[in-house]
Amino acid sequence: MSRRLDGGEEAKVPASPAPELQHSTNGTVDNLVELEHLTKHFAVKQGVFARGKAQVHAVEDVSLTVRRGETLGIVGESGCGKSTTARLTLRLLDPTSGTIRFDGRDISKLSQRQLRPLRREMQMIFQDPYASLNPRKTVGQIIGGPFAIHGVKGARIRVQELLETVGLNPEHYNRYPHEFSGGQRQRIGVARALALSPKLIVCDEPVSALDVSIQAQVLNLLRTLQRDFNLTYVFISHDLSVIRQIADRIAVMYLGRVVEIGDSESIYEHPKHPYTAALLSAVPRATTGRRERIVLTGDVPSPIAPPSACVFHPRCPRFHEGHCDVETPELREVGTAHAVACHYPLERWPMSEAEIRQAEGAERTAEKPHLEGAAHDV
Amino acid sequence: MSSTDRQLLDVRGLTVRFPTSDGVVQAVSDVSFTLSRGETLGVVGESGSGKSVSNLAIMGLLNRKRALISGEVLFKGRDLLTMSPDALRHIRGKEIAMVFQDPFACLHPMYRVGTQIAEAVTAHESVGKDRAWARAVELLDHVGIPNATSRARDYPHQFSGGMRQRAMIAMALVHNPDILICDEPTTALDVTVQAQILELIEEVKREFDIGVILVTHDLGVVAETANSVMVMYAGRIMEYGPANEIFDRPQHPYAWGLLDSMPSIERRLATLVPIEGSPPSLLAPPSGCPFHPRCPHRFEPCPVERPPLVAPAEDAHPDACHLPWEKKKELGASRGRRHAA
Repeated sequence: MSRRLDGGEEAKVPASPAPELQHSTNGTVDNLVELEHLTKHFAVKQGVFARGKAQVHAVEDVSLTVRRGETLGIVGESGCGKSTTARLTLRLLDPTSGTIRFDGRDISKLSQRQLRPLRREMQMIFQDPYASLNPRKTVGQIIGGPFAIHGVKGARIRVQELLETVGLNPEHYNRYPHEFSGGQRQRIGVARALALSPKLIVCDEPVSALDVSIQAQVLNLLRTLQRDFNLTYVFISHDLSVIRQIADRIAVMYLGRVVEIGDSESIYEHPKHPYTAALLSAVPRATTGRRERIVLTGDVPSPIAPPSACVFHPRCPRFHEGHCDVETPELREVGTAHAVACHYPLERWPMSEAEIRQAEGAERTAEKPHLEGAAHDV
Repeated sequence: MSSTDRQLLDVRGLTVRFPTSDGVVQAVSDVSFTLSRGETLGVVGESGSGKSVSNLAIMGLLNRKRALISGEVLFKGRDLLTMSPDALRHIRGKEIAMVFQDPFACLHPMYRVGTQIAEAVTAHESVGKDRAWARAVELLDHVGIPNATSRARDYPHQFSGGMRQRAMIAMALVHNPDILICDEPTTALDVTVQAQILELIEEVKREFDIGVILVTHDLGVVAETANSVMVMYAGRIMEYGPANEIFDRPQHPYAWGLLDSMPSIERRLATLVPIEGSPPSLLAPPSGCPFHPRCPHRFEPCPVERPPLVAPAEDAHPDACHLPWEKKKELGASRGRRHAA
């Protein structure tokens, strides 16, 4: 596995990119990444003697695209499958089913060897800057790792340039990670990801371990780099304020599924899915004055046995029996560049909890208890 | 902040030093505050600002052989710092209870949740096992654990993160404490669960008429729950006042910096304004005002003289900053305009 690019366990690979890449972008130039019906199940052993085998439905039928040069934010609570989706995108995990297209090319079935030349095009920044840097290597070795692996010459000068790019002192080339603070370490992680001029960088909670003043430094840095190097980000975070600051488009995930996706403005100003609304209303704000809050009851159900149909239905304030627990809602367009997987999307925002409960479909359920492919015009 | 008969805690000049082989870590320096019944005091600051250590000192949870503690912690008029360990044991866990950040680490994995809460009951009260168990079930039910009677027989791994934190709160409430210290109670939880737990703490506070100290790095959590706020930096209080004033009219450049570096969920900001540099080492804190090396408004006295924590004007709350009041008002106002733009 080429999971750790700085691990040095990689065989050297010729530097030239795969020839297929140059003529593969026809038709879908706009999208750098396309995921289609991506599904990932993990087998888990159950019971003391591991007789029964169960499946964790980590990612279930996820379809989304990442456009060139944009930042796609993925938000959701722990266990919603956001990290798994990201790792599948980079083929750090193998999908159970579905297609991953990177730069117009289907990479879901490529072998690790075939993937290797592509690795320089897609990089990752990890959450924990204390765990993602090898403590026995100098900063120069860490950032220079990708060059060594891919056989690029002149690494030392490039590394010093990179250190400068991310706002570190180039003379700190020979220092070890423990000599740096959390924010500086995260900059090292950023420099390593930038080393091979990738097209895509997946940032998995890159600022969650940092204090707020340092977090702002790293977020600003990521934005500047995106502009300067025309990067495409997939940015994962549980922090909705951070996502709002950095993302152009947002996918909201719940229990392995994308429940809502759309332009950042649209999602934050006009959330359609009750879960998105609950998430937004649950975020504590650093302004005084009370707001109405939708408090979800209970916890996220187990992904081993997800609820039937709409996975959100046991916690949903708009739950309609006989519909939400029977028929799985598909992602449908609701306005431009905004899609939601809900039978009873919100009509407007903000809404009080009482209003949310009285979904416009309430009478509808009463009228037609069996709702078949009910039309919901929004 | 309210009449003295409702006052529970009066901390004066609390200072904590840890001698290490590298030198003395000045974790907490000259911290003074009060806490009354019905009050939630939010303590905010970045990592290493001394917010947790000051609470551990109040709880008497620091090893007195390793930590040099001075000052006074008056709990209903009695100084906790000079109390014998035995006397302190009667107060800790009974009259002052604590909820920690990580509910995964705080519950013993091999004992049933109910057993652990019942143990907290018997620690301070001589009651039979059955009575203690009944109390545990009652408390679990009280903090919103569904089917408390059967869930009390569960082991911690059968609880979700939010339920474990509820169990920890139940355990803290066993003896109807006067003060509940919550150290980052929701940091390990998801935001929807966090909302539930914050609501629970608020309910508990109102119902039992207790004082709550809420330690967190999350300014949003403080803004929504606290009545008064203490902003800490490098072991010192930078600003201390009513929550609405701290968030509406912050006075200290560090508080401005913290608020301006926060991304907003309301709108996408053109750029975040980070605080340059990183927090100082507590082995050798900066001279004068500890924030001066990172402060964009520093001037001559800042590196030389330590600003005292005083209210700069009658209609202001205490802050520790040399800037003249007029200048602060001006800077604060321009900051507000930039923020609204």
